[in-house]
Amino acid sequence: MSDDLSTVFDRLPRLGESVLVTLELTIGGAILAMVVALVLGFGSRTRTLWVRGPSRVIVEFFRGTSLVVQLFWIFYVLPEFGFKMEALAVGIVALGLNYGAYAAEVVRGSIESVPAGQWEAATALNLGWFHRVRRVIFPQAWVLMIPMLTNLLIQLIKGSALAYYITLHDLNYWTTELRRATNETIFAYTVGLLVYFAISYVLTMLMNWLERRAKRRLGQLPPRGGSLPTVSEALRLKPKDQTEQLAGAVAPGGPSRSKEVSA
Amino acid sequence: MTSAPGDVPAIEFRDVVKRFGDNVVLDGLNFSVAQGDRVTLIGPSGSGKTTILRLLMTLEESNGGLILIDGDPYTHEYKGKKWVEIPEKRRRQVRRRVGMVFQQFNLFPNMTVLENIIEAPMHVLGRSRKDAIARAEELLEQVGMTEKRDFRTTELSGGQQQRVAIARALAMDPEILLLDEVTSALDPEIVADVLEVLRDIAKNTDITMLLVTHEMQFAREVSNRVLMFDHGRIIEEAPPEEIFTDPREERTREFLSAVVSN
Repeated sequence: MSDDLSTVFDRLPRLGESVLVTLELTIGGAILAMVVALVLGFGSRTRTLWVRGPSRVIVEFFRGTSLVVQLFWIFYVLPEFGFKMEALAVGIVALGLNYGAYAAEVVRGSIESVPAGQWEAATALNLGWFHRVRRVIFPQAWVLMIPMLTNLLIQLIKGSALAYYITLHDLNYWTTELRRATNETIFAYTVGLLVYFAISYVLTMLMNWLERRAKRRLGQLPPRGGSLPTVSEALRLKPKDQTEQLAGAVAPGGPSRSKEVSA
Repeated sequence: MTSAPGDVPAIEFRDVVKRFGDNVVLDGLNFSVAQGDRVTLIGPSGSGKTTILRLLMTLEESNGGLILIDGDPYTHEYKGKKWVEIPEKRRRQVRRRVGMVFQQFNLFPNMTVLENIIEAPMHVLGRSRKDAIARAEELLEQVGMTEKRDFRTTELSGGQQQRVAIARALAMDPEILLLDEVTSALDPEIVADVLEVLRDIAKNTDITMLLVTHEMQFAREVSNRVLMFDHGRIIEEAPPEEIFTDPREERTREFLSAVVSN
């Protein structure tokens, strides 16, 4: 076992590199997926048929086909038509399109869950379409979206392991290499599991923070000190941040869970 | 294009038709509202009153006929020997003159009271933040909500939300204000506060008002004309003192006695 551990330590620099590849795939894929989701999600609910039709077809197509096959198709078949991309770009595009198609449904559903009265009030104030969405509708839909998007993000992290099959040296590759080097299947894959879990967990925490922030902006959680937290504030002042939150939550209407903590 | 006030009606409906599926809500409706008029629409539910306000706010599309605001086409125009829909850009220019207060307030929960009020003046009318805030504070004072300036709308009672919604609509300096059952979602003891605010506006401005309400006493005080609707048609039209004391139509009499006994 100590040999195994020393092998892990020897391979730490390469672990860093491979985690970086997994993160690049995950974050690049997630950003592209969000763009795809917004375009197709809003496209799916326009009245114009030539926007709605293609949006629906693209969503159904990328939801309905296997990620591995999409990956292989973009990697091996697309170059035949003269579109050759780097393996990392292929991974990001495939993940972005596949998860973007799922997320488009999340976006559409959340937008539709915002009460019609909000659109109507925005129309009555003569706000333009883009302004309505950006300032009124999206902030409300965003709160509804985040939990479902978190789910998809976690799936995307795990989906990124397929990039190993298109020659990328990601975390999956590193794990396999570790197994080869140590000849310890249980050990290598257990380490692999833990690293994947760690990445997922960190990203889940980040998404939870985004959710709390979005809810606070809608007044669904007690505000802290009156003003809204900025990204840097909340990251730097994490411990203080939590105590304030508990203090706020003890007030009437706060979650009962926190009362136990403060008692 | 716009003539002097008084010449051209603020609102004009010409043969307006509105259907929801097979249900004909407005069947060739004609009526007009003069500048500065305060008109109350009464009638049983489903008679088309709210639909009229929603058409005027472009929340619904008509299925026929013409709607004009200050004589300007709002829905269709006659072009090249046929009627065509007017482009959204021009519709927006006309819509700028119309404001609406809703039954369910519809304040934006992601903004504070002040932000709700200054959002459109800043981004639609292009006012500076400073000017928009100054005007908003004036209006908050007028509706008695100065202290709640920086509150989230979710922290307010229904009556308070409605008063903010009135301030928000007025911040756009509308020529026409549509009030759609603005007290129906409120507790009875709060209704008086909101009506007081509206009475004040009616007294101190010359905004054209079109209101749908079940508050007959309020309608009587504020409006100078009452239109009684039934099945998408105006069946009686008179000044409030006439229609409430001595309606000509049997149907109006029935409706009023039913409303009053509630």
